[in-house]
Amino acid sequence: MSIYSNYETVIGIEVHTELSTNTKAFCSCTTKFGGEENTHCCPVCVGMPGAMPVLNEKVVEYGVRAGLATNCSINKYSYQDRKNYFYPDLAKGYQVTQDKLPLCYDGHIDIEVEDKIKRIGITRIHLEEDTGKLTHDQDGSLIDYNRCGVPLIETVSEPDINSAQEARAYLETLRNIFIYIGVSDCKMNEGSFRTDVNISVRKKGDKELGTRTEMKNLNSFSNVVKSIEAETKRQIDLIEAGGEVIQETRRWDEASQTTVSMRTKGEAADYRYFRDEDLRPVILEDQYIENIGKSLPELANAKKARYMEEYDLNDYDAGQLVESQKIAKFFEDAVETCNNPKEVANWIMREIFRLLDETEKEEAAIPFEARLLGEMIKLIDAGTISNNIAKQVFEEMWKTGKNPEAIVEEKGLKQINDDDALIEMAKEVLDSNEQSVKDYLGGNKRALKALMGQMMKKTRGKANPQKVNEILVNMLKEME
Amino acid sequence: MHLFTKTADELATMLRNKEVTSVELIEAYFERIEAVDDKVKAYISLDKEGALEKAEEIDAKLEKGEELSRLAGIPIGIKDNICTKGLKTTCASRMLEDFIPPYSATVVEKLEDAGAIIIGKLNMDEFAMGGSTENSYFFPSHNPWDLERGPGGSSGGSAAAVAAGESVFSIGTDTGGSIRQPASSCNLVGLKPSKGLVSNYGVVSYASSFDQTSPITKDVKDMALVLNAITGHDPKDSTSINMEYPDYTKALTEDVKGLRIALPKEYFGEGFNQEVKEAVLASTKKLEDMGAVVEEISMPLIKHSLPAYYIIACAEASSNLARLDGVAYGHRAKDYTDVESLYSNSRGEGFGAEVKRRIILGTFVLSAANYDSYYKKALETAKLIKEEHNKVLEDYDVIIAPTMPTTALKIGQKQEDPVKDYLNDICTINANIAGVPAMSLPCGFDKDGLPIGMQLIAGEFKEETILRVAYTLEQATDFKDQRPKL
Repeated sequence: MSIYSNYETVIGIEVHTELSTNTKAFCSCTTKFGGEENTHCCPVCVGMPGAMPVLNEKVVEYGVRAGLATNCSINKYSYQDRKNYFYPDLAKGYQVTQDKLPLCYDGHIDIEVEDKIKRIGITRIHLEEDTGKLTHDQDGSLIDYNRCGVPLIETVSEPDINSAQEARAYLETLRNIFIYIGVSDCKMNEGSFRTDVNISVRKKGDKELGTRTEMKNLNSFSNVVKSIEAETKRQIDLIEAGGEVIQETRRWDEASQTTVSMRTKGEAADYRYFRDEDLRPVILEDQYIENIGKSLPELANAKKARYMEEYDLNDYDAGQLVESQKIAKFFEDAVETCNNPKEVANWIMREIFRLLDETEKEEAAIPFEARLLGEMIKLIDAGTISNNIAKQVFEEMWKTGKNPEAIVEEKGLKQINDDDALIEMAKEVLDSNEQSVKDYLGGNKRALKALMGQMMKKTRGKANPQKVNEILVNMLKEME
Repeated sequence: MHLFTKTADELATMLRNKEVTSVELIEAYFERIEAVDDKVKAYISLDKEGALEKAEEIDAKLEKGEELSRLAGIPIGIKDNICTKGLKTTCASRMLEDFIPPYSATVVEKLEDAGAIIIGKLNMDEFAMGGSTENSYFFPSHNPWDLERGPGGSSGGSAAAVAAGESVFSIGTDTGGSIRQPASSCNLVGLKPSKGLVSNYGVVSYASSFDQTSPITKDVKDMALVLNAITGHDPKDSTSINMEYPDYTKALTEDVKGLRIALPKEYFGEGFNQEVKEAVLASTKKLEDMGAVVEEISMPLIKHSLPAYYIIACAEASSNLARLDGVAYGHRAKDYTDVESLYSNSRGEGFGAEVKRRIILGTFVLSAANYDSYYKKALETAKLIKEEHNKVLEDYDVIIAPTMPTTALKIGQKQEDPVKDYLNDICTINANIAGVPAMSLPCGFDKDGLPIGMQLIAGEFKEETILRVAYTLEQATDFKDQRPKL
């Protein structure tokens, strides 16, 4: 057995999520991503002398939404603190955050890894503001304050996570929840969902936690997985070699695929947290919290369970459909039209998912309305079109967004179900394909396929394939 | 009488009677500044052009018979830590020597809406830290009553300008007595309103818990007029109070019958100048003679207020001044090699000694190792002091105290032991800790002819009580009519 299996990894995760409020946390500047440098700012968010902050009520509302969706308790009395440090992207020399009394605390979410459900504790969710952005070139450093003051929530997990896979599942679940409840777009590439991971290892059975390191600069889930694996191995190797893990901040280095030290605890800043007296405390009424609770949508886990129960979908299909809230909505709307959940699920997963990339999937960027997919499936169920023809109809819908019935009409794609017409055509096919007939009668049953193909060719795919099959087999039987 | 000795209310009448125009008034004030400011040194910068432009607009409106505020056309100075759009706002610091704010403080907007004309920016202790204006990066201001003495601080320029007739009234800030001490030193009325009564938006923060934008006037009536113009809820300042604001001139009645006055013995003990005590007690006696009830009380927690105040104020200052880092605006050192040296050189050069002392002190008391034994304790102490004040102000209408233990000090006298200087704040800081209104009102002169001020402290939002008591006393005395000979 390898030495690594003697150890257990203990992981706690901090996630910074940018809230998708229209305006910043303490002023009325836009929170839009990008924009020309230093155009989304004002005296308040660039920290001009004398400018004072006013807390955006939406930020509190979104914070409470996030808390309730992750089963947190909500502090009915909380306030903002200042975290003091110097850095050029921090306009005021302090970040407004919550230290002593976070808005939300003591929550949890359930994650699924290898078909097992595991509960991960959430220590707290607190409000804070984002910093600006620095860019460096050979002439020096430039600051863009556009992001300064964009509201964030920081979600801190309990050290309940024990593997890279669990970490990934935790992050995917959390991200999914935040998107579902509409508090953030959670775009990792735009920095609106950022992750720091605390990692320590200990011998299995040990009660005490090992010394942890904090990992920064993790801009994708796959980097989270890779860095946890690398850091776990580094720590175990170190301990096995008689060394000691030191508490420090490390970062994932993409180029070398290793974790490298940024700063040790000795160099860690003393942030001198204290209450920000420029702001009033946040005092919430029970009714306010209750109303927000009532406005929360059905979350992915609950939706998945309902799909399996109500629509008899299997675990995998249901899981796929609820990954994006918008896809789930599309699914439900289509089902409402045709009342055939399995068929809708099949079409979404086989055809629609094939045509969408990850982002489009999240956005459900489908060029036609859900109702139309339902209509199309109704046409199949009624025998008006075959499954094969449906694929043509689907493609046309994708291209034009048109109503499937109109497409069938326009292109003359209606299935030929008329027995007499089909028998007439079958006669012609049998007459002109003597070799295939001979082969079939000679025992080569596969020759039927060629004959079927001829029939479809003749009807441009519109013939009801079951009927054609039946007719051909009967006619050939008679010829025996 | 010269124009420069008059109150805003008197000048408002003259403007309406066409005895003078606003333009003439501005000209007269600039003449006066020209004549005396070399000696008084009240102003850091002046804006004659802008002032005359606005005066012409006011004159045109007066000509048309438009109904204007009593403050319309009145020339005033603003303390240089209050942002004025397009006009340098230095906080008397090298750090902001060339800082021109792109916005105005709410108090400035309100005064401009009322038609008051800002003629310049007034000297102060750097970032409002100090009680003499000797901590100004530019120069100390001088007391018009005795040019060898300081006007008090930190709003020393604001008081000196009004006393010298270089500004009809002025706006300053009061974090621990910065409006009341200069008012006391210069025979003026200075009111620190309740916390949140006047917006602090655009006023450069020193200690957020205690900072309060405040006016200095020649008499109580002007104070009421100014309050009417500058109070009110400001959605840009979260700490601004949203309530019904009264017409403060309605409080100008002579009536103190049954008024309950508390005299805390802690303000009349050792270390307090005898003449100061006598003058304050004499005025108190006058109120008693007019029907007020005076009782000596004890407020034992007052002796803890200085350390609590300075710990909290410095802690907040250390954070509030962190934005002044030489990166986006303000002084940037010429020599630096990296971000670290950019910060330390810019701040090292940009801040004066007292500011650095308070930043260092504040950083120390907030640090992880010292937070509990200093900052946390100070907060707890401040809470108790506030409770003690609230209790007393439930039982009494006003607390009377001296504004300062002494009259104005000689320039240079204060700088020897900076911590000893803090002791001068003992009478004024408590109103900031408690968040309650407090006024300094002229109550006499010492044997050297230096003004003495007394404080009237009332419960939260009871500015009207203070105005009423002050007005009653003012009508019964002639201190306010005394002007320095310059």
